[in-house]
Amino acid sequence: MLTLSRWKIIVVTLAVIFGLVFTLPNLLPQRALDALPGWVPKQKLNLGLDLQGGSYLLMEVDTAALRRERLTNLVEDVRTSLRGEQIAFGELREAGGVISVRIADAAKVNDAANLLRQSVGSPLVGAVGGRDISVATRDNQRLEISFVAEAAKADAAMAVEQSIETIRRRIDSLGTKEPTITRQGTDRIVIQAAGESDPEKLKSVIGKTAKLTFQMVDEGVTPEDMAAGRIPPGSEMLPSEDGYVPAYVVRKRAVVSGDELTDSRQTFDSQSGNPVVSFNFNGQGARKFGDATARNIGKKFAIVLDGKIISAPVINGAITGGSGIITGNFTPESAAELALLLRSGALPAPLNVEEQRTVGAELGADAVKAGAISTLVAFITIVVFMLLAYGLLFGGIAVIALLINGMMIVAAMSITQATLTLPGIAGLILTLAVAVDANVLIYERMRDEARAGKSPIMAADAGFSRAMSTIIDANVTTLAAAAIMFAFGAGPVRGFAWTLSIGVFTSVFTAVLVSQLLIGWWFRAARPKKLPI
Amino acid sequence: MAWPLIKLLPQKTNLTFVKFARLMALISVTLVVASLIGVFKPGLNMGIDFKGGSVMEVSTAPRAVDLAKVRTTLEAQGLGDVQVQEFGSPDRALVRFQTPAGGDAGVTLTNVKNALKQSLGDPVQFINPTAVGPKVSGELFRSGIIALALAIGLMFLYIWFRFEPQFGLGAVAGLLHDLILTFGFIVLFKIEFSLNTVAALLTVIGYSMNDTVVVFDRLRENLRKYKKMPLGEVIDLSINETLSRTIITGVTAVMALAGLAVFGGEALFGFSVVMIFGIIVGTYSSIYVGAPIILLWGVKRGEDEATPIKFGAASRP
Repeated sequence: MLTLSRWKIIVVTLAVIFGLVFTLPNLLPQRALDALPGWVPKQKLNLGLDLQGGSYLLMEVDTAALRRERLTNLVEDVRTSLRGEQIAFGELREAGGVISVRIADAAKVNDAANLLRQSVGSPLVGAVGGRDISVATRDNQRLEISFVAEAAKADAAMAVEQSIETIRRRIDSLGTKEPTITRQGTDRIVIQAAGESDPEKLKSVIGKTAKLTFQMVDEGVTPEDMAAGRIPPGSEMLPSEDGYVPAYVVRKRAVVSGDELTDSRQTFDSQSGNPVVSFNFNGQGARKFGDATARNIGKKFAIVLDGKIISAPVINGAITGGSGIITGNFTPESAAELALLLRSGALPAPLNVEEQRTVGAELGADAVKAGAISTLVAFITIVVFMLLAYGLLFGGIAVIALLINGMMIVAAMSITQATLTLPGIAGLILTLAVAVDANVLIYERMRDEARAGKSPIMAADAGFSRAMSTIIDANVTTLAAAAIMFAFGAGPVRGFAWTLSIGVFTSVFTAVLVSQLLIGWWFRAARPKKLPI
Repeated sequence: MAWPLIKLLPQKTNLTFVKFARLMALISVTLVVASLIGVFKPGLNMGIDFKGGSVMEVSTAPRAVDLAKVRTTLEAQGLGDVQVQEFGSPDRALVRFQTPAGGDAGVTLTNVKNALKQSLGDPVQFINPTAVGPKVSGELFRSGIIALALAIGLMFLYIWFRFEPQFGLGAVAGLLHDLILTFGFIVLFKIEFSLNTVAALLTVIGYSMNDTVVVFDRLRENLRKYKKMPLGEVIDLSINETLSRTIITGVTAVMALAGLAVFGGEALFGFSVVMIFGIIVGTYSSIYVGAPIILLWGVKRGEDEATPIKFGAASRP
């Protein structure tokens, strides 16, 4: 085993060079790094939020709200569809996630079912009929429409995709340092903002659904009806924040929605001087809005944001230009925020904060300092101990192996851009401590073999070959523990597991190959009569 | 070149470990039972990772924090289980509270911050506010427990395949012993049980296993080498032969972690102390729990002995 084969020398040399090159960016100051030519690797260790300070938000899509909304829309779609084909119906209602409707003419039940199968719901790949709803016939004249089982998952996945896009747009227009936004599982989104020690602004921008609709006020409903809760089907009562009345009854069907806005800005009203939000519709939106305003001159329409009415102005004339302003109880700041939210689009469903963690930047810096000091202390302790236990030569070789090991860990962490967390530093320290275990196993074995009367070269050789299986057994167990941590752990624990795993590989490599090479060279040079161990 | 400057142990030790196995077993069993009782009562000091809720530091520096006012403000918010305590200096307080049922963890935290801003007046700072919703905390706890159970199961399987079933049992008994005693330690010193603690426990499992494997490896080798030697003596011999390695590695790991405990700040103190304890117990258990169980169980040592699976570059005579 102690033969100095060429491939061993090449592998070790390459590994050392690789370690040096990729560790270097961490040691150079940023200015020196910027001055280097482009091909030099510049990736530094990727510090976790607990080390550089920052905020972590775990948001969950409110799937219940998503489902409620889809059901409400489905009821309206069924109504419009059947009316469009002039099929008379009654008793349209939703209960327990199932929509049922009674078709008046028994002869038209099949037509109605076929119509609904094609016109309502959304396309869903892989579902029967290609849509995410199923239509069943009950008691001859009754149709039951419900979502297929896979619909909920598909909805959640789509909502997460859309939400990530929307959040990205919203945060981009905020102009703060770029946070990373990733999806987790089927219905969760993780937002990590490095260096952001106050996530409240972030939360207030992300946390609003910002669903804007323009709905006609149902002026046929008297205040007495409202008080008694007599709301006609197709209409709903919504709370109002316009400062005039506490609530309005509006048509459920939106004339135009925020999806059709192309732009939105905060400005001031030319007459009153109050802060307002101006908006522009796209072509389709402008036409719809123009038609609706032309047909309803003198009536009121409501501007609804997230289920609350901002204002309900009277239509004075057809608005065909495709732009307008929203007045309301705004401050310049709240108007600017609303404009931002409208510009970046609505979230498909509310997002709830399930987890929030914040570490101040100062505390992060303190943690880095504490981590660096303890790593240094640990390193010195190990060096002194190894030198004392195994002498300058063999101890020294173990220390060199350890140094190369440490370098390779830093290099591997920098390349993979794995996050180094505070527990990760602990993992690093433990790795360094356990890394010398491989050297200890080899050296102890050498001592045993030398005691058993073997010649130095034979003892050294047997030390390596016999300790090998123990080293592998011992490291596989550590690796297994790390793999489990990685699979089941959250954030900081994963960082720890990753550091531990990288350390296992590099420490076996350095303890076995590097020390073998060094000891081999020494044997060739010194030709010792006795093992100095 | 001089010989090593210090010798921790004489070249060859002849300590009789097996002789004390009975006494040690008694001590181990007592400690395991005490720890198990401790885990249920008084129980683990659960951190918010697993319990859910919010925690943050409130600083009104340079003024002292009005703890009573903080408490009444929080109570007015209708939160369950509010804890307010001074933290480090009089101008700092540590605040913990639960998210009301059905509430949003992030929104609750924001509301509490706003309420405190109003009642305490300027200047007030909130340091490291953290909130964990009930759903997430439940999942974290479950995955933590699953991770621990899986780790033990996987180790058992590995040892079973690499060695023999009774070795696997010995290793797992040692592992459970270490894990339970470490839990006892966590309860005794009221160390917060959090995600980091689970990471420390998993590391302890990895280390304890590592240590046991080294002893077992030598034991297996000696069982083949000395076919006529009584089992107890082979065990003693194997432990003695690996003792120097066991101690050197253990001492190195403990010393390195001691540096972490002293200089790593409060965030890592609990974490490193748990690991130090676990390593000490792990070292003890590979001598006094793993091996004696094999003694109790016995091993097949005839010619029909199962050949262990060859692994990697291992070459044995």
